[in-house]
Amino acid sequence: MVPEIGHFALIIALCLAIVQGVFPLMGAQLNIRPWMNMAKPVAQGQFVFLAISFGCLTYSFVTDDYSVLYTASHSNSLLPTQYKVAGVWGGHEGSLLLWAMMLGLWTFMVTLFSKNLTEEMVARVIAIMGLIGVGFLLFMLLTSNPFERLLPAAPDGRDLNPLLQDPGLVIHPPMLYMGYVGFSVAFAFAIAALLGGRLDAAWARWSRPWTTIAWVFLTGGIGLGSWWAYYELGWGGWWFWDPVENASLMPWLAGMALMHSLAVTEKRGGFKSWTVLLAIVAFSLSLLGTFLVRSGVITSVHAFATDPERGTFILGFLFVVVVFSLLLYAWRAPKVGLGGKFDLVSKETMLLVNNVILAVICAAVLLGTVYPIIIEGFISFGWIEPINKVSVGAPYFNIVFVPLLMPLVFLLGIGPLARWKKADMPELMKRLRWAFGSSLLAAIIVPFAMGEFQAWAFAGILMAAWIISTVIYGLRERFKGTNNKLPWGTRLASIPIGFYGMHVAHFGVAICIVGGTLVSNYQSDKDVRMDIGDTVEVGGYTFRFDGVIETKGPNYTANQGMIRVSRDGHELMTLNPEKRIYTVQTMPMTEAAIDTGTWRDLYVSLGEPVSNGAWSVRVYHKPFVSWLWTGCILMALGGVLAMSDRRYRVTSRKTEKSEEGAALKEGSATPELASEKA
Amino acid sequence: MKSRHKRMMAIVIGLVGVAAIAALILNALQSNINHFFSPTEVVANQAPKDRTFRLGGLVEEGSIRREDDGLTVHFNVTDGAEIVVVKYTGILPDLFREGEGVVAQGKLGTDNLFMAEEVLAKHDETYMPPEVADALEKADEAKAEKAKADEMNAAQPANSTAPAVKGEGI
Repeated sequence: MVPEIGHFALIIALCLAIVQGVFPLMGAQLNIRPWMNMAKPVAQGQFVFLAISFGCLTYSFVTDDYSVLYTASHSNSLLPTQYKVAGVWGGHEGSLLLWAMMLGLWTFMVTLFSKNLTEEMVARVIAIMGLIGVGFLLFMLLTSNPFERLLPAAPDGRDLNPLLQDPGLVIHPPMLYMGYVGFSVAFAFAIAALLGGRLDAAWARWSRPWTTIAWVFLTGGIGLGSWWAYYELGWGGWWFWDPVENASLMPWLAGMALMHSLAVTEKRGGFKSWTVLLAIVAFSLSLLGTFLVRSGVITSVHAFATDPERGTFILGFLFVVVVFSLLLYAWRAPKVGLGGKFDLVSKETMLLVNNVILAVICAAVLLGTVYPIIIEGFISFGWIEPINKVSVGAPYFNIVFVPLLMPLVFLLGIGPLARWKKADMPELMKRLRWAFGSSLLAAIIVPFAMGEFQAWAFAGILMAAWIISTVIYGLRERFKGTNNKLPWGTRLASIPIGFYGMHVAHFGVAICIVGGTLVSNYQSDKDVRMDIGDTVEVGGYTFRFDGVIETKGPNYTANQGMIRVSRDGHELMTLNPEKRIYTVQTMPMTEAAIDTGTWRDLYVSLGEPVSNGAWSVRVYHKPFVSWLWTGCILMALGGVLAMSDRRYRVTSRKTEKSEEGAALKEGSATPELASEKA
Repeated sequence: MKSRHKRMMAIVIGLVGVAAIAALILNALQSNINHFFSPTEVVANQAPKDRTFRLGGLVEEGSIRREDDGLTVHFNVTDGAEIVVVKYTGILPDLFREGEGVVAQGKLGTDNLFMAEEVLAKHDETYMPPEVADALEKADEAKAEKAKADEMNAAQPANSTAPAVKGEGI
């Protein structure tokens, strides 16, 4: 009964989505007020029914209802409850339902926080999100119904993939999806602006916090995914340039470009068309990501069993969205205009170059990711001679990514300090000579301190130190610019939160670069065969293998290794890596044992039993690896700070005009004013 | 005049930048593309001798053999028609099993021994990499055709190069 309710709720949600997509949009075009007013209640209703549907699926997981095919394929009665809940989005159908519900949730949030928008704008934004919902709900109901019955019911479930039975993976997909789907809000705003032909600072100010929060979720999701891969897959990697990872990286990069371009649109009225295009691109890349993950067209280390038929539907949907948006863009963008003028050397130019670099990185990642599909397509059209299937190796991405990162980071340092409209490059350089000098010094010292000078480590530390020193400089200058008669606490508080947000996020980038650079250049690892009592030395630590014991978990049995770690004769800890066999699918799984520290991680995982008591063991010493995820957290935190800035909340109380003035004033009240005074 | 000069400079720098980036990307792509070859193609000497490529198929049942160091593994990869012996040193991924699909990346050594640098992991037991599925299908078709041809030439004795693993593991 419950699954039928869920199914029925899904159908009602589809009907509501159609109403939500059609009437408010027509109402806004034809100026029919009652139709526009339908947007909010219908969207809220749609969300309620999606939530009911989602609740029903969760219920059938928690109550072990194996007459539902999806539950029977992704759960098991022995599964701990939290993983039963996670199982709801552990497969294709359920993750789509999660996608749809997230979209409903975002729309619901828009209905709550849109009091200051014009009626037409609200109606259009909600309608466009409704139309996206129609696409996904149709997709679900036609090809991937999560409530399909299995008759007769299975006696027990096939179990959730053991790799997914992990706390990190319980929250990773919802976070990632919140990010993916979140860009639909910025997309809807952009399309609504194109339809309405009005694109001003108020529009940008409205889009900004939505874009930022979506980006924050995506950052969190990607960070979690990387961390999960690191500790769960048993071989200590944290980024593989796998298609599925790239699928989440591309909208992240585009979203990052969008955030920066929106800043210009809001504060200076510039980059209007470009901002709209980026909003379209960011969401299209989110859809492309969904397509890549769900269709299985590309061989991926991360691939889970997929169904190509379903990929076709998403590809079609993606096609419709992209073609429609770009046509609309081509038709209406000239009306929107380009925005204010600026000098060649100015904050605008730097942000523009930042955007161009991000777009280029994004395009390079896209090219590397879909290259195999392009080649396939060319072959099937007969444009090129048939050749063997191709894949693009990870070195491609590294070779392209790192050189492009350098100018980006250079600009990241000076951009926040440069003036809008016209900046003075020699003067900037002069002010930053100490920052540059100290970065250079750090970049020379740190590699030697790590044991050996390496060019890549030099480059990485130079970049990170450059960001950190300019962040410190920027904060100091800003502080000096506040009223020095006030106590310092008040002076700190007088600086807008958004300013701190920006610097925290930039600082996070630096921390990430430190982690990535040092772990890539200075990690040491050994794959060894170890008999009981054998020792191996890695990174100055001695690891002694004391054999394995058998243990038992709720739904698995495990061989647990005992590895004692010592340094200079002092015993430090015992690490217990496991080799688990999950009983339902008899699937083996490596559970690494990690000692996390600020300066290094010690990482041990079991390979296979070799002969009487001996095992193959993998031992890693990974310096600074945890900085990678600390950096992600800081970036996300920066985003949260930025969007909690007061000016996004007080708009309703001010008139449009004074707010405009305030924004402009704030834009120019950057440190260089202070230094001018000094 | 001065601002025009500046603009010209910016355009030139921009164009040079674009050209440099395009060159970087295309060059990186050129040198990092890995082609996929099935055992049949490797045996037919279609695979490159000095370049990294991907080999895929099924791990032949009973073919996994370990050297005394406990880390070096030999196993056969088959598409049902031909086999290629793979040598790999290191710890294999969890879902590496006999009779299951596998994709390995590496270079061809002497005597068609494939020296794998990496054995790709997969995250789902039921997942079959599409190119492996493709290779198996092709080998199957080729075999069916050959069987037909054999039937036609029934008088001829069985081909001496017939693979030893015929029909196994699929």
